[in-house]
Amino acid sequence: MNNILNQIGIENYIFLCVILFCIGVFGVLYRRNAIIVFMSIEIMLNAVNLLFVAFSTYHQDAQGQIFVFFSMAVAAAEVAVGLAILVSIFKNMNTIDVGKLKNLKG
Amino acid sequence: MNTLIAITGLGVLCLLFEILNFRKAIIPITIIGLLAVLGFITMSEYNTPMSYYNNMIVVTQFSSSFSALFIILTVFLIALSHDFYEEHQTKISDFIAIKIFMLAGGVAMVSFGNLAMFFLGIEILSISLYILAASDRLNIKSNEAGMKYFLMGSFASGIILFGICLIYGAMGTFDIAEITDWSQSAELPSWFPIGVTLVTIGMLFKIAAVPFHFWAPDVYEGSPTMTTATMSTLVKVIAIATLFKIMTAMNAELSDAFINIIIVISIASMTVGNIMALRQNNVKRMLAFSGISHAGFMLMTLLTMSSSSASLLYYAAAYSLAGIAAFAVILYACKNKNNEDITNFNGLGKTSPILAATLTAALLSMAGIPIFAGFFAKLFLFNQTIQAGYLIIVIAAVINSIISVGYYFKLILAMYTKEPNEEVTKIPFVIHAVALVSIVLNIAIGLFPSAVLDLLG
Repeated sequence: MNNILNQIGIENYIFLCVILFCIGVFGVLYRRNAIIVFMSIEIMLNAVNLLFVAFSTYHQDAQGQIFVFFSMAVAAAEVAVGLAILVSIFKNMNTIDVGKLKNLKG
Repeated sequence: MNTLIAITGLGVLCLLFEILNFRKAIIPITIIGLLAVLGFITMSEYNTPMSYYNNMIVVTQFSSSFSALFIILTVFLIALSHDFYEEHQTKISDFIAIKIFMLAGGVAMVSFGNLAMFFLGIEILSISLYILAASDRLNIKSNEAGMKYFLMGSFASGIILFGICLIYGAMGTFDIAEITDWSQSAELPSWFPIGVTLVTIGMLFKIAAVPFHFWAPDVYEGSPTMTTATMSTLVKVIAIATLFKIMTAMNAELSDAFINIIIVISIASMTVGNIMALRQNNVKRMLAFSGISHAGFMLMTLLTMSSSSASLLYYAAAYSLAGIAAFAVILYACKNKNNEDITNFNGLGKTSPILAATLTAALLSMAGIPIFAGFFAKLFLFNQTIQAGYLIIVIAAVINSIISVGYYFKLILAMYTKEPNEEVTKIPFVIHAVALVSIVLNIAIGLFPSAVLDLLG
């Protein structure tokens, strides 16, 4: 495993994860469909998880892999709450378009 | 550590009471339980700092003093809950339990010794708040506030997680003590400063400092008033204390660039917060902007990190106690109304002089008028910052304190010079009690500042 990492180089892993993370960020900023926004947030978190595992192998240290379990559990809990909020929005407004949330202004 | 376990246990107990049909006893028992945790466990931990579970949790004087402040604030918030959730009695155990779990997240955030605990703490706190913000589920405004807060919060969590990951990549460990040791050494991969910057940006989202503040007014306005009270007092203080702790751990010697950024963000938060607050008619929105400007003031403590933890604690205590007193009155004045406009406060000075006086005192404390703790908090903070040689930021802060008097007085004038709109409704005992106790505490720490400052001497 470490051998493969040496051949590819840790930098390339970082570049890949930064690109994935940025795809997630732009998804959150530009898409208006709430489900796709949630998906983009998941992409952000999973890009980080990938980088954790790469660093974990790079340092020959298991802590990074353990952290991935924490962050996956937390991400699942977060999305569960987010979907619950989305359901109540859909019941009240009959839409899941984030751009239509404009009741609060001042 | 024992504080954290006891608080979590209390939250579980709260859920069990619902099953066992002790619904009426939930609020008194949680309040007594929290006070017992504060009196017995947190006090003893303050005297015996140590670390637990391979440095996962490190109890220091810093963490236990801030935990004590959080517990006191939660006691006030839970005491107010009874009246606020009167029509949702069947769900009261959920609301109280979520608040207690949120407190547990907050305690974990100030007493972490490992970045894993930091991340878990911040997520426990945020997820509980998403639920509380959207908890009025038939109200479109509350839904929208919950959704906006969820999107911004999880976006910020993603950034923080990425920062933690880069710090781990540079250091090969999550342990704060080791990271602090190694961050002094000269040769570090460039990932480390990037990681620290990302974590800082994520935390600035959570405390709503200026370039990252745009979510705060909407979320504060839309959430149920009880949740707004929680966000603007408890959560703001928790986030600021965490940012302070993480900065002291990772960035003991600040670079010039970083100092300049803190100065710019701090001045921008104060100015934008105050100027936007001047044109608000909704009290919750106004207090949201006031909270942004107070975040700017509290960011000043980062400039003199090695010696300013005591003045941060003092400022946080002064601000949040005044906030609790103000929100107790707002909860009463805006009950059963569908908005929180300033007109709701017309004539409060005639209909209920005690509450009007409390709200006036709370607002004067936030503006920084003497004998209230807010004045001394600003005095100590400015004094310390001037001695460290940052004159410009103190001048900006003093000018901003003067501007802030303007919008606080708008509310005070409405209470005393306008005629009341309607008949007086009965004021619940709890609201009187919470408002008076918190403002008396505020004045007490104003008169005896050493009681708080010596905790972190």
